[in-house]
Amino acid sequence: MKKVIKTANEVSEQIIQWGESHEIDTCFDRAQRLKPCPIGASGACCKICHMGPCRFVGRNAEKEAKGVCGATLPTVASRNLLRMAVGGAAAHSDHARDMAFILLAVANGEAKDFKITDARKLYRVAEILGIEFGSGRSAKDVARDVALKFLEDFGRQKGEINYVKRAPKKTQERWKKWGIVPRGIDREITEAMHRTHMGVDHDPDNLLLGTLKVSLADGWGGSMISTDITDILFGTPRPVKAEASFGIFKEDEVNIVVHGHEPSLAEMIVDVVSEPEMIAYAKSKGAKRINLGGMCCTANEVLMRHGIPTAGGFTNQELAVMTGLIDVLTVDIQCIMPALVGLSRKFHTKVITTSYKAKIPGAIHIQYDEHRAKEIAREIVKIAIDNYPNRKAEGSHVSQKYPLIAGFSHEYIEYMQGGSWRASFRPLNDAIMAGRIRGVVGLAGCDNPRVPSQGIHRFLAIELIKADILIVTTGCGSHACGGAGYMTPEMALENAGPGLREVCEAIGIPPILHVGACVDNSRILTIATAMAEEGGLSDEIGGMPAVGIAPEWMSEKAIAIGCYFAASGVPVIFGGESPVGASEEVTRIMTEVWFERFKGALHFEPDPEKILALTLNYIDRAREALKLRKYEPGRFGIERVLMDMAARRELERAAKPHLGIY
Amino acid sequence: MSRIIASAAIRGAHKVIQQAEDMLERAITERDEGFTFEFPDTAYYLPMIYGMTGFAVKTLGDMRVALGMAKELLHPEPEEHLWKPYLGEALDSGMATLFAEEVIMALRYINGLEPAVDPETGYIYNGFITDTVQRNLGIQLVDGTMPGFAAVIGAAPDGDTAVRIIRELQEKNILIFLSGHVNGNSVTKQLLRKGIELGWDTRIVPVGPDTEHTIYPLNWSVRASFIFGGRKGGDFKGHLKYTKDRVFAFALVLGELDDLKWSTGAGAINMGYPAVCDTDVPVIHPTGVCTYEEVDKEFDHSKIVQKAIEVRGLKIIVEKPPIPVAYGPAFEGERIRKEDMFIEFGGTRTLSFEWVRMREMEEIEDGKVIIVGNNWQERYEQGGQMPLGIVVDVAGRKMQKDFESVIERKIHSNINEAQGVWHMGQRDINWMRISHNAKKEGFTLEHLGIINAVMTHNRFRAIVDKVQVTIYTDEADVLSLQEEARKVYRERDQRTAGLVDEAVDIFYSCLLCQSFAPTHVCVISPERLGLCGAFNWLDCKAAYEIDPTGGNQPIPKGELIDARYGRYTGIDEYLRKASGGAVETLNLYTIMQNPMTSCGCFECIIAIVPEANGVMIVQRGHTGMTPVGMKFSTLAGSVGGGTQNPGFMGIGRNFIVSKKFLYGDGGIKRIVWMTKNLKESLEEAFGKRAAEEGVPDLLDKVADETICEDSERLLEFLTSVGHPALEMEPLL
Repeated sequence: MKKVIKTANEVSEQIIQWGESHEIDTCFDRAQRLKPCPIGASGACCKICHMGPCRFVGRNAEKEAKGVCGATLPTVASRNLLRMAVGGAAAHSDHARDMAFILLAVANGEAKDFKITDARKLYRVAEILGIEFGSGRSAKDVARDVALKFLEDFGRQKGEINYVKRAPKKTQERWKKWGIVPRGIDREITEAMHRTHMGVDHDPDNLLLGTLKVSLADGWGGSMISTDITDILFGTPRPVKAEASFGIFKEDEVNIVVHGHEPSLAEMIVDVVSEPEMIAYAKSKGAKRINLGGMCCTANEVLMRHGIPTAGGFTNQELAVMTGLIDVLTVDIQCIMPALVGLSRKFHTKVITTSYKAKIPGAIHIQYDEHRAKEIAREIVKIAIDNYPNRKAEGSHVSQKYPLIAGFSHEYIEYMQGGSWRASFRPLNDAIMAGRIRGVVGLAGCDNPRVPSQGIHRFLAIELIKADILIVTTGCGSHACGGAGYMTPEMALENAGPGLREVCEAIGIPPILHVGACVDNSRILTIATAMAEEGGLSDEIGGMPAVGIAPEWMSEKAIAIGCYFAASGVPVIFGGESPVGASEEVTRIMTEVWFERFKGALHFEPDPEKILALTLNYIDRAREALKLRKYEPGRFGIERVLMDMAARRELERAAKPHLGIY
Repeated sequence: MSRIIASAAIRGAHKVIQQAEDMLERAITERDEGFTFEFPDTAYYLPMIYGMTGFAVKTLGDMRVALGMAKELLHPEPEEHLWKPYLGEALDSGMATLFAEEVIMALRYINGLEPAVDPETGYIYNGFITDTVQRNLGIQLVDGTMPGFAAVIGAAPDGDTAVRIIRELQEKNILIFLSGHVNGNSVTKQLLRKGIELGWDTRIVPVGPDTEHTIYPLNWSVRASFIFGGRKGGDFKGHLKYTKDRVFAFALVLGELDDLKWSTGAGAINMGYPAVCDTDVPVIHPTGVCTYEEVDKEFDHSKIVQKAIEVRGLKIIVEKPPIPVAYGPAFEGERIRKEDMFIEFGGTRTLSFEWVRMREMEEIEDGKVIIVGNNWQERYEQGGQMPLGIVVDVAGRKMQKDFESVIERKIHSNINEAQGVWHMGQRDINWMRISHNAKKEGFTLEHLGIINAVMTHNRFRAIVDKVQVTIYTDEADVLSLQEEARKVYRERDQRTAGLVDEAVDIFYSCLLCQSFAPTHVCVISPERLGLCGAFNWLDCKAAYEIDPTGGNQPIPKGELIDARYGRYTGIDEYLRKASGGAVETLNLYTIMQNPMTSCGCFECIIAIVPEANGVMIVQRGHTGMTPVGMKFSTLAGSVGGGTQNPGFMGIGRNFIVSKKFLYGDGGIKRIVWMTKNLKESLEEAFGKRAAEEGVPDLLDKVADETICEDSERLLEFLTSVGHPALEMEPLL
């Protein structure tokens, strides 16, 4: 039998093999055993009501297949997609709501373990929201107004969510023209659930516009709110040096993993593990220290701000347990495999759930409450320390790890291009105009055991930087790159194309910039907006030589993200088979029609080579449309305009034309 | 690679801040925190720190605060491997270095060490560059005669190379600042050893011997943004955008670099000024902080100037006549002392004149130079003195009689810009000298003709189709033609005297300064010349003919709405458009309501003295106090930048003796105080105007700095002499 390659991550592969030899079952094995249902996978199954499930299959199903109610394949495929986007938008936004409540609690002095760490960011956000600050107003008063203003976004019935105005004017105009400006986050989610109920919305185009609308409520609503509040409470990321992969766990230290997506408890644990009393307690149990590692996007949150090492992304979670070195795996919300609990029983690892929204039978549940956050964190750390002596020899005990540089917030990316005095996006725009950088790709999304996991990420990362494309990465895309050792500045010198290398060298950055958790894809939206405002490229997000790729996506959040990027004007390419692949009409709308309306699109393309080709094609076409110089590797430069005095006088006339009378 | 530069810049910043702190603490121990300091003749405190932070450093204690700000900009050096990004951090360190250098220079002034003196030669460096220099250079900065600035740091491999580089910069009209050294050797010393004339007159300005002195040209250049750009302290984004877009400065770094040079360079890159080095340094090519490359290298010294100009994105068109000596505005200020002189003409020593005549196209031959005189060659070869008449005949389809005087006034620059040739005066009171060196290079009388033929073409391309120059050297010829010329001079003067605002339908705008002061518009009428003193109505008319889309545009004056204050519909309509609505209306003849805006390079400032019911006038360069309690530099700071400031106004000197001077406010009789310099230079014309106004002894009743510098004593004086302003209707 041909050996199945389960992952492209060599360290993971070692653990998987160790697991196989110990008859331990993981998502990789289950993915092999459990093939996806081909009807549901392509969007051709409707189980909205109990007359079905109805299957839309057969020759010319697009035109001829009907459900019991008479629904067609395009209706069903688009309705299914909208349902996925709702799930994603709800996940990010509910997370954001909790963050807003924490901010409010901090402002009201009810969450003593938290503070406003980045007042500058608070004021910047206040400025955008039109909230008064400075002139004697305390930070807490400003924070309260900010929190309340954000909370309005959830329950607002009419009008538009606050951050719509952050988008470039032209982008907003497109949203208005097509009626997809989100009003209130909860309203859009409820409305989307309503219109996908049996017997409501049946027009595929209308359903897909609804998909974009609810997704925008995520991108420019929930996700952006979450990013901003997290920066305010825990600091806006700046570059940190850290480590990735399973070698971060220590044989002689208490190992705790924070897993999931919320930063607030994890931040407390970060503080608690360095408390002298805790360390002393760990020593009393024979451990040298307490070692904290991250997993998934909780990892990204604490990696970006504190350099806490990361064990990896979604497909790495079981493997972490299988190192045999984890004393406590504490989880919050999202992307947590219930398999962890069963698996942990084979080792000494204790799995602790912390959100009433996310319980797993068999796990220890310690309900998190921001009002007594540190106390809970200490309780968890104590359980880990107490569990340390129970550690058995059992486990894969791998030791490889890779260094990485993370911490590229929007603010730092702006700073790094000119320092405190000249911070701007001019150098990036210049580099794109000059052809040093061919374009920008957001490499994001999940990793997936249905393909050699993290492999497509790795393939694309290498090929894209070779082609002078700057990568910004989030979520499990960043874990895939980090665990491959790609996020180092040396990577640029050794593997990037000549133009990208020059830019990376000038600034001192890796060619792949870690911008945060999956919720922080919102940073990419504001970065693209800043690029539009800086001038010289497109004057809206649409039309930029930029593409979003989620090559190994699997979650509903990914669909919401892909759709808010498409609506904002970014062509997006997802890997894997299309969840709407059964319907040509739906596929056409999401690519051609969306591109015409929004300059964005959502493609599904399983072949990595084709993803690459499509990406380069989008980027080169955008360059052409912007009349930028044709990309040629190793040849770049802005046409030098030498200024004489008359040209200098003209500088201001662009804004204020000089009108001679004659 | 760039990391090496960043590391050096960051290290340099740490060291120089430490040095500044040590010096400061010593100074505070010796004096105290409250000890006050200001650089000579500036309204902008420590200009770099003030520009960037808005913090006005006035005392030693303030310097401590400023260094605290600099320290916040420090970062650790990037590591060997797995480094964190360093560009923003290096640029921050660069700015920190500029702050520290500015404090160091202030402390050196306090300790009497500035301007620095070269211990070997006794040469005195320039030291801090004043606001006045900025304003004096105003028109040259905008009309293209001074298109850029080079900071030359370090030392060339040898003296000859140093001279070649400097000469090339001079010929390209670039203002040169020298600082820094390599192991004690410097371009300043190299030029001194070669006997090159240094200073503002030759546009070679050694500011000091060390790298730290580079802060002087940098904090001088940021003042262009204050003075002409109208930006305020603390508007760092505005200042740095201004310097990047409008101040075409760059550094030529000759010889090895140390940490402080890199760090100072990083500071300059913040301002958009790139550096080109002649050593094998790492380069930074990606653009965006600077317009083009940030750091580049060029080993060939014959190409390094051109390279730097391109890297800065500067276009320089050099119009050089075919003569055997160097040519350009940089040589205009050069003096020829008696002992260096080979021959001279005019200056009351011999008969002499210069005269531009309009001719018909068929009467002259283009480019022809005729020299008339017996044995003129032999007589020239003997040197000494000679009579000389220069007649420039011009013809052109667009030529007008009125342009004769405009073209004639350029003869001064035409001749003076040749290296080793000196000219002053005009008409029949001109005076010229040719140096031994120029003679040795082969300069002859013919070249005087060639210069005028070529440069008249270059400067007046659109008006002049043919130029022929005749030079007369025999006394009889010169005498008779001089008589003829004098007749024409008189006719011209009469015509100019009759050229009043009422007599024309069109005024002109002057937008030349918009390259530096983007919101300012000068309105120039026959009776009100530009505030820089360089452009009158006729100049504008000619300039418009030369370049119809250029800096001088016609303003049909339209209807007169207010004869007393000089408000015209045409001006208002034009201004609204040209200022983008910033200026709605303008009164030409008053200081009190909607007066003219100012760019920053005005020759004089008028300010009302309410107690005296009159106005005072102070000229650029006057460093003393005035009766309104502000020095010129402070007054200027509140006038420039293209805004209307009732009660304050920048003007050209000659406007004072115009009939339209403050016509609506009572005219020349309102002047209660005026500097001695102005009184002396305007004496004759002032007397005439005063007589017309019925107060022939007005000048004696006007106070100056020798009488008083405060309003109290001014009032005493005015009362004692019975100044008419005291009896006039209230100004306010």
